[in-house]
Amino acid sequence: MTETTFVEAIKTTLARAMREDQRVIVLGEDVAEGGPYLATAGLADEFGHERVRNTPISEGAVCGVAVGAAQSGLRPVVEIMFIDFITLALDQLVNQAAKAHFMSGGQLSVPLVLRTQGGAGQRNGAQHSQSLEAWLTHVPGLKVVMPSNAADAAGLLTTAIADPNPVVFVECKALYFRRETVPDPPEPVPIGRARTLRTGNHVTIVALSRLVGDALEAADRLAADGVEAEVIDPRTLVPLDLDTLARSLRRTGRAVVAHEAVTAGGFGAELAAQLQAAAFDYLEAPIQRVGAPYTPIPVSPSLEDAYRPGVNEIEAAARVALEWGQHDAEPWDHGAIAPPRKTP
Amino acid sequence: MPASALDADTARDLLRTMWRIRLFEERVAQLKRTLQVHGLIHLSIGGEGVAAAVCRQLRDDDAVYSGHRAHGHAIAKGVPVDGLMAELMGRESGVCKGLGGSMHLVDAERGFMGATGVVGGNLPLALGTALTQHLKGADAVTTVFFGDGAVQAGHFNESINLAALWRLPVIFVCENNGFAEFTSRAEHSTVERVGDVVAPYGFERETVEGSDVPAVYDAFATYLDAARAGNGPFLLECLTFRRRGHYEGDPEKYRDPEADREWARRDPIARFTPVDGETARQIERQAGEEIELAVRFARDSPFPDPELSAQLVYAT
Repeated sequence: MTETTFVEAIKTTLARAMREDQRVIVLGEDVAEGGPYLATAGLADEFGHERVRNTPISEGAVCGVAVGAAQSGLRPVVEIMFIDFITLALDQLVNQAAKAHFMSGGQLSVPLVLRTQGGAGQRNGAQHSQSLEAWLTHVPGLKVVMPSNAADAAGLLTTAIADPNPVVFVECKALYFRRETVPDPPEPVPIGRARTLRTGNHVTIVALSRLVGDALEAADRLAADGVEAEVIDPRTLVPLDLDTLARSLRRTGRAVVAHEAVTAGGFGAELAAQLQAAAFDYLEAPIQRVGAPYTPIPVSPSLEDAYRPGVNEIEAAARVALEWGQHDAEPWDHGAIAPPRKTP
Repeated sequence: MPASALDADTARDLLRTMWRIRLFEERVAQLKRTLQVHGLIHLSIGGEGVAAAVCRQLRDDDAVYSGHRAHGHAIAKGVPVDGLMAELMGRESGVCKGLGGSMHLVDAERGFMGATGVVGGNLPLALGTALTQHLKGADAVTTVFFGDGAVQAGHFNESINLAALWRLPVIFVCENNGFAEFTSRAEHSTVERVGDVVAPYGFERETVEGSDVPAVYDAFATYLDAARAGNGPFLLECLTFRRRGHYEGDPEKYRDPEADREWARRDPIARFTPVDGETARQIERQAGEEIELAVRFARDSPFPDPELSAQLVYAT
């Protein structure tokens, strides 16, 4: 094991992949300079500017270049600096990358990794803080990966680069700089396998990305009251390891699904729908969702802190699930859609 | 004007290719009326000269990208017409097994890397293939066809900047037919010539008449040689005409009968006479027979099994 950070693990894994396979190239805005979080720092020194390509601020074309290169034999890793800017690349990702294999009757494949990062917490405001992964899970042909720690990031990135399909690799800026330990060399993590981080028989907490750590902390708090929470990180959203999640829920009968994205239309909705169908007869309570409220992300510290879901919300949602039917428990409503204000 | 580099055999080939495209598309138009071909169908009748003159010079390892009006480019690049017809008719024996259809034709083995239904969506893909060719150190090149309607799309402007910046071996072939869907170019842009749009990027560029087959051939040949030597990018703007609607079924209320008459006279097949009349008729007849065989081939093919879709969402 070595000590590292999430962002270091990304960089080390990219370098390893580029050393092992000449077809791997990295492209994106400022990648040769390392980017704002230094995820690609030093790569240009080792591999040169032909393989580590700085691009203009042209997300659409850059993503399309990566798609074209992937279907022509390279293994591009393209960086979209903030997931908020993926809006500009969606045509290439959704209409080209996701469908090329299918529309060509299997002739083409697009072994592309699109790295990006999301999440709030740095007072960056509504256009640099979003969690938009659910949009991508709606598009057949894309795989969507969302690691919650450095070891999984390294393992999943290795697997994603080797995958013959377009993989959207969603990192979280708030996780980048914590000290963590990872196996050396990193162990590849299969795409489509969840990880159970803590076992328990009373409630299942399914959490994504940054909320995994918060779920573990919430589980500690619940344990103080004798509640055993099981915490599971799906790690990949598409394909989803529903079996692991449903098996747990059939045992506990209660579940919380938690992510930082806006609750409405978030991936938690899909998780809840799939889980209730797979474990309906075992449910003791409605599946509780934790996510962000239905507002854009504010800048002011007091507002952003109130906006971001975390340990408190997960704990509260778990208690609602646990106490369901015992008294007049209210359904958890953090993230409820605010009614539109009446015009005066 | 200097004599064309076209030799007699090549010229004959070009005529043959144009007839194959013309008769394929006329047959497709008929089949569309009886709903035997499926989906939105965009024909290139009147513009066959560009596809023929460009693709005749390319090898299988040279890549071609096209847009939604792609049948001609595919045929000219060597994609078999039976597989194309079967694709349009939604059959299992189609080049894309019936999953792509008219707007998403692909034949990777022959370097036909793909049509796309999103106007301008193919431009950055072509850059990606050209980048791959460049990094592999091969002399293969990429050609991308697009219409003047794509020029106003963001992808176009991003792509020409990037192609120029990275000096990619890509040849942009713009078929400027003066129409973006139902609307004239004048209503979409104050810049009449696409060559002028790329001028600030330092592109080598030329505008030719698209129905003048030797002119297209020669202009493209120059750029092709240069691109093989590692130079690029280039823009060849071919002024052409869409003798049918934007798609089959287009009410075509915008058409100008005067222009229709003018371009009927400038039709690329009518004005290209490299062989005597009898030989030309024979070429036309043979092309027609080939297309009929393609229709029969497609009709004899089954529709794909409903399970096929789920099998091809992801590569394994």
